[in-house]
Amino acid sequence: MIRRLLPHPWLSVTLVLVWMALVNRWAVGSLVFAVIIGIVVPLMTAPYWPGAQGYGKPHKIPAYLAIVLWDIIKANFAVARIVLFTPRRALRPAWISVPLDLRRPEAITALAATITLTPGTVSCDLSEDGRALLVHAMHAPDPQGILDEIKTRYEARLKEIFE
Amino acid sequence: MIAEIIVSVLLVAGGFFGLVGSYGLVKLPDPMTRLHAPTKSATLGVGAVLVASLIWFPARYGVLTWHELLITLFLLLTAPVTGYFIAKAHMHMGWSRDELPCPAPGKDWATFADPDEESFVDRKRRDQQGSQPRI
Repeated sequence: MIRRLLPHPWLSVTLVLVWMALVNRWAVGSLVFAVIIGIVVPLMTAPYWPGAQGYGKPHKIPAYLAIVLWDIIKANFAVARIVLFTPRRALRPAWISVPLDLRRPEAITALAATITLTPGTVSCDLSEDGRALLVHAMHAPDPQGILDEIKTRYEARLKEIFE
Repeated sequence: MIAEIIVSVLLVAGGFFGLVGSYGLVKLPDPMTRLHAPTKSATLGVGAVLVASLIWFPARYGVLTWHELLITLFLLLTAPVTGYFIAKAHMHMGWSRDELPCPAPGKDWATFADPDEESFVDRKRRDQQGSQPRI
């Protein structure tokens, strides 16, 4: 019953918080409206997001977000340095195929977004069976090192969170 | 006073990263590497300006607003999606399957593969209905 009314409980909580932040003023009326949105929107979008399973270890999410945020800041300095000081000819762009251990689409989406936001890599495509991710690296003298970092730093943590 | 110094530093940093992101668009050699500059430098540039605004209003006028936080959140959520679509469009137009690494023997990247008979959502829904009876 509760599962049918709230197909994605975490989405509902997020929507309530986002709506309250958007209104930016504490009032009971806003909270009521936020709860209505938090119930109606997941119900309407549920057909496009079947098979929600919840999370394995949700308490590891904040630590993961902190790591990603820190890496985004580092990534910006790294990319700025490459843009400003590496001559065009010394640039070594590379395509990297990352085999995936993750199976859930939510987890793969999170990994792809993380890769795009962090040092010198953009995720470009998924293989047709969803078991490998195509990543473009802007400056990769050592593609294997980048592959290992993605696998150990991000994918291992996401696997813990989602599975 | 301290707030003003922090805000100034953040604004200068934001301007700097915004400039580097734009310069990267001009300087980098091909569309794929150009994609890297705006997905990153611009993100931190805008982020720094938003954090500056987040600090300035409470310090100066005593009103706390959550809007900057939301803008940052939405920016971080949408930047990868935009990057992904630009990359995919570029793969359609400029790359062939032999130039890219092969994902697995006999398999291809989704951009070049034939469409499936059944969509992912349909398959998932069918699996779900098969495994558990509807309540």
